[in-house]
Amino acid sequence: MLKLVSVLMAAVLVNNYVLRQFLGICPFLGVSKDLKNAAGMSVAVVFVMALATAVTYPIQVYLLVPNGMGYLQTVVFILVIAALVQLVEIALKKYAPALYTALGVYLPLITTNCAVLGVTIANIDAGYDFLTSMVNSVGSGLGFLLAMVIFSGVRGRIEYSDPPEAFKGLPIALVAAAILSLSFFGFNGIVENLFPGV
Amino acid sequence: MNPILLAVLSVAAIGAVCAVLLVAASKLMYVRVDERVAQIRDTLPGANCGACGFTGCDGYSKALADGDAETNLCVPGGDAVSREISGILGVGYKDVLEMVAAVRCGGAPDVRGDKMEYDGITTCAAAKMYYGGAASCQYGCIGYGDCAAQCPTGAICIEDGIARVNLKLCAGCGMCARVCPNNLIWIHDDTITTLMICSSHDKGADTRRKCSAGCIACRKCEHECPVGAISMDNNLAVIDYSVCIGCGRCAEVCTTKCMKIALFTNKARIDATKAAK
Repeated sequence: MLKLVSVLMAAVLVNNYVLRQFLGICPFLGVSKDLKNAAGMSVAVVFVMALATAVTYPIQVYLLVPNGMGYLQTVVFILVIAALVQLVEIALKKYAPALYTALGVYLPLITTNCAVLGVTIANIDAGYDFLTSMVNSVGSGLGFLLAMVIFSGVRGRIEYSDPPEAFKGLPIALVAAAILSLSFFGFNGIVENLFPGV
Repeated sequence: MNPILLAVLSVAAIGAVCAVLLVAASKLMYVRVDERVAQIRDTLPGANCGACGFTGCDGYSKALADGDAETNLCVPGGDAVSREISGILGVGYKDVLEMVAAVRCGGAPDVRGDKMEYDGITTCAAAKMYYGGAASCQYGCIGYGDCAAQCPTGAICIEDGIARVNLKLCAGCGMCARVCPNNLIWIHDDTITTLMICSSHDKGADTRRKCSAGCIACRKCEHECPVGAISMDNNLAVIDYSVCIGCGRCAEVCTTKCMKIALFTNKARIDATKAAK
């Protein structure tokens, strides 16, 4: 149990996908302009990350590895995740039109989000079992949510600031993102010290 | 088996399974889409202004197809769009009430006094946060053009430090009204003949000190009005348009000339309304 909590905390804070591993940067800069969109996108990411892990983990363990095809991981995962997201989109349109409209364009966008592929491959590389993989995926999604929500707040403040002409728009956002990323380095070693020996 | 062949075959097989699943899902969970929604959506101007009261043009076309909305709500589209929508839906055509924006402030920098020199960020929203902007009147136009930045037709612009509306271009969508931090912009229809161009609730003497174009609540218009349509609300003359007959005498007697004759009027409709009264 303690192990799961430590994995969750590590995924959210220490190994934050956006701010520490620099995966999924496109939505981080593209949809972080207001809180509502940022949160909507992030919730979709949490959902897709969990779902993608639930599907790709068995494929890796029961299909690819026994047949000596572990090297096909990336190709197969991309294929499966893309198909999966399409499937989810069709199902949502039919059974939850409200959620479908709320997620809108973000759901198909996530198909090509490297953070989703990253988390599924990271789970395999770390040698996690199924439950730990799921916890790690949800944690990574929540970490993405945290980064997006914080950064949408930062960008809201940037709107009312007056940077030099050359920095206006994306450059100042990137500078802010770098400072935010630096601040997340402060979480280094927090998990090892909170859960010694796990 | 040849490892290359095995790899190709397995990826192909997984792809095929995914394809079959997707096809099956799209057949099983097919959602019938009303093709009239797309038709109406193409007809609408696509300004996503929200003047119809729905969330953009998509929301309005969906509500129309479901029969939840009138066909005459698209203000930028006007009568032409209303006619086309009525054709698509096969319902009776309704005239669109033409709307236009009016800035309820006449306090350009040359007639008003300033309480400070503002050197901050040049948007109305930012200036409003800093003691309400440079002007000594806290109700008036701040003049950094947040409204002009919003306008999809370029009808509103800052001229001599105050927002002015080009009535020929204004579509009456109301996007400017939503961003004005002082709520100065009033979206009115084409039956309005006289307008109060001041929003100050300061006492008459205070207003006079701050701005020479403000309503000083002298009540001349109230006494002059033959039908009693004007009353004073918190030191500001207010016209009750359900009573107003549009004679324009209030504008003639106004001390500071802040009561004005509206330029955007629909003569035929005004006459009809007058006859009805």
